[in-house]
Amino acid sequence: MQYSFILNEKPVQVTAEEDANLLWTLRERLKLTGTKFGCGVSLCGACTVHLDGKPVKSCITPLSQAVGKKVTTIEGLSEDRSHPLQVAWIEEQVPQCGYCQSGQIMQAAALLAENPNPNREEIIKHMNGVLCRCGTYLRILKAIEKTAQKV
Amino acid sequence: MEKQLESQGLSRRKFLKVGGGITFLVTAVGLPALVFKKGELAESKQISAWVHLSSDGTVTIYNPASEMGQGTMTALAAIFAEEMDADWSKVKIENAPVEPEIYGIGWGGERGGSMLTVGSRSVSGHFNNLRQSGAQARYALLSAVAEKWGVDRKELKTDSGLVFHPKSNKKITYGEIVEFVKIPESVPEIPDSDLKNPKDFKLIGRDYQRYDVPFKVDGSAIYSGDIHVPGMVYAAIVRSPVNGTQPELKNETAIRGIKGVLNLVSLEHGIGVVASNMETALKAKAMMEITWNGDPKAKSHNSQDAYEEYEALSKSSQTGSIVAQSGDLNRELPKAQKTIRADYKNDYIYHAQMEPLNAVAHVKADSAELWVGTQAADGTRNDVANHLGLDFKAVNLHTCYLGGGFGRRSMTDFVIEAVDISKAVNLPVKLQWTREDDLQYGAFRPISLQKLEAGIDQNGNINSWKHVVVGTGGGLLGSGADIPFYDIPNKLIEVRNIDHGVRTKHWRAVGHGPNKFAIETFVDEIALEQKKDPYQLRRELMKNHPRELAVLDKVADMAKWGSSVPEGRARGIAFAERSGSLAAGICEISVDRSTGKIKVHNIWGSLDGGVVVHPANAKYQMEGSLVMGLSSVLFESITFKEGQVEQSNFYDYPILRMEDAPEEIMLEIIPSTEKPTGIGEAGLPFMGAIISNAFAALTGKRLRHMPFTPEKVLEVLAS
Ligand code: FES
Ligand code: FES
Repeated sequence: MQYSFILNEKPVQVTAEEDANLLWTLRERLKLTGTKFGCGVSLCGACTVHLDGKPVKSCITPLSQAVGKKVTTIEGLSEDRSHPLQVAWIEEQVPQCGYCQSGQIMQAAALLAENPNPNREEIIKHMNGVLCRCGTYLRILKAIEKTAQKV
Repeated sequence: MEKQLESQGLSRRKFLKVGGGITFLVTAVGLPALVFKKGELAESKQISAWVHLSSDGTVTIYNPASEMGQGTMTALAAIFAEEMDADWSKVKIENAPVEPEIYGIGWGGERGGSMLTVGSRSVSGHFNNLRQSGAQARYALLSAVAEKWGVDRKELKTDSGLVFHPKSNKKITYGEIVEFVKIPESVPEIPDSDLKNPKDFKLIGRDYQRYDVPFKVDGSAIYSGDIHVPGMVYAAIVRSPVNGTQPELKNETAIRGIKGVLNLVSLEHGIGVVASNMETALKAKAMMEITWNGDPKAKSHNSQDAYEEYEALSKSSQTGSIVAQSGDLNRELPKAQKTIRADYKNDYIYHAQMEPLNAVAHVKADSAELWVGTQAADGTRNDVANHLGLDFKAVNLHTCYLGGGFGRRSMTDFVIEAVDISKAVNLPVKLQWTREDDLQYGAFRPISLQKLEAGIDQNGNINSWKHVVVGTGGGLLGSGADIPFYDIPNKLIEVRNIDHGVRTKHWRAVGHGPNKFAIETFVDEIALEQKKDPYQLRRELMKNHPRELAVLDKVADMAKWGSSVPEGRARGIAFAERSGSLAAGICEISVDRSTGKIKVHNIWGSLDGGVVVHPANAKYQMEGSLVMGLSSVLFESITFKEGQVEQSNFYDYPILRMEDAPEEIMLEIIPSTEKPTGIGEAGLPFMGAIISNAFAALTGKRLRHMPFTPEKVLEVLAS
């Protein structure tokens, strides 16, 4: 089957099976590997991307759902790590193993796009679905709060 | 933009590729550094390097340890760069090739051991060697400049990538030296007195950013699952639900008939399916109908009954292995004025590193190429070579970033699987474990029962201490059971083991998690019983151990121990050592008595890690290990029923989410000139005790079985 959608602002066409899913298409067919696989069942958020600007768990998103839509991945968030969250993430030295961080940043970016000045409670509520085994939560909070103040 | 790539595999290939620079090489274990120029490398054999210097000034330092989030790739390079006096802004870091004779360390820090990255040993183990190698690289550069300028080498000075001669005011950058540097016959071992004076350190003990962080905010850091090899196919495996059973596939025809399925591969412990794409591999795996044969030991294991078996074994006359012994416990304990006893329990727990296991393997006729995130670089290479009957050198392992290791990635089971499948289908294979695979075929931190007994003498002092750890996992049980910093005259600490036939493994801080929970909770119970302040009791016990005492005092001071605490909250304190580092913690908690939920508001922590190479990151490691420890203490439990793991994914094996993170974590590092010790696990061991102790202070009830789930809390509150 042919699937067409906008990926990081460029139109793409992918040939894939009927049951193709968004996560594995990004990672294996399009070789955009910044989006990670963590649980496959919408419990960890490592696979978070934006679909028409809204955060979705790509591991449970059939590729057919992306057709005609805009998909943004960590690779498309900025060209040069210049998104304010990426800047804050570096300033606060957030990542440890780093595996969850694409999902964390994409989830946070969706929040700030909608609510540029969230309070702590709102941040926690919004970010709670993205797991970090390395325990970087407090730094993530700090980086988001810092960015929110600047925006 | 610059992308972060995995290591290039075998060094020889890399050296042939690099241009416009020189590489400093050490020829063999302990031998002096030599300097090679490009072009001379083609013939070089069995040699490897610590640093490559380019004419543009770029200094590439090779990282000998696995980077799994602990940040040692940065710290290790900083140690080398410090003594080389390199310009840190020009430093690049690449994973070293798998050559343990050069990049390995022994347990005493001697060169040429293993590249195994475990036990928080990277910085402590490599510290002296890297200072020496960095100083030798600097020596070689200075020698070249001295000869060129016709001056005495000793008159030359360096400053962050610059050589200068104060007498003549001449200057040259390291990059410019590449043009004319010659290979010295040998470079001597630099005496300690010629190493930098610590007060001149520009990196060690200072703050700088981690090298890997930028690559981890834009998705460009390469983990093994991110690798694509031309012609690569996808594999998934159904593994024995009960360890030791063998598979018999019932619907082979149906599976082979699935569009996209290329092959099936029988393994001893499971069946692999190979497909042209990931979705099909995963779908086919889910559809396999398998009967499991055999009657292995694990089949009779029910973990909730295990505590009774442990209880029985603790009462038997058979002694286990002695961890520590002093005085004469059997004589003195019965004489005690008062005896205090308590039992503690901890369930199995799972690593839950965020990146489920995976590997890319390409087995060819007489060689193999691998891409793996592993804590055991040379172990993986060796296991694969032995498995395939190949020479070590025929196995080219590209090491990648690890999406968490915590001990699980020191095993090579998942790599051997990928190798077996690649060999069977004669193609490069990406093997992907699902989260369910990763959890159910995990190798867990052992369950244990801890029996503690203390004898109090007529002066109210602890005169005897008996600690029996009973559990499974053998050698994993004993770590951290000893208490050398508590002066108790009569001690007996012992481990008794039952093998249940299930898989167990090191889990961040190993036995220190359960053992320090038991020990430090017990100390608290003794203090309450003796109507002593738990902080003061610890002070008395460690009064002859100034370093330990300073760490304990530090945290008490930070948290203002003894000052009033907001209504509805209470605090707990504990001390623990791990990998030579000393740490103490205090937490402040509240409890929702209707739901049984414990909320940890604040944690204070103090740490003595000797010389700390990268303080900002050291604190961060401690923060991460506190949070991971908190997760294990509050939520995590693996149970077995008839040998089968009962949990499968994050819905029934929850790990800590942001909402349960402490509101604030305050950490301080004690300045030290002692040798560096391991930091990556130091915050974890005291977590169980500080929470149990705070809970007791708040409610008067004692939590003695980890994890402290809401159900257990409610039960204890009702008791
Ligand atoms: S992989 Fe999609 S939520 Fe975990
Ligand atoms: S940084 Fe390792 S899982 Fe979040």
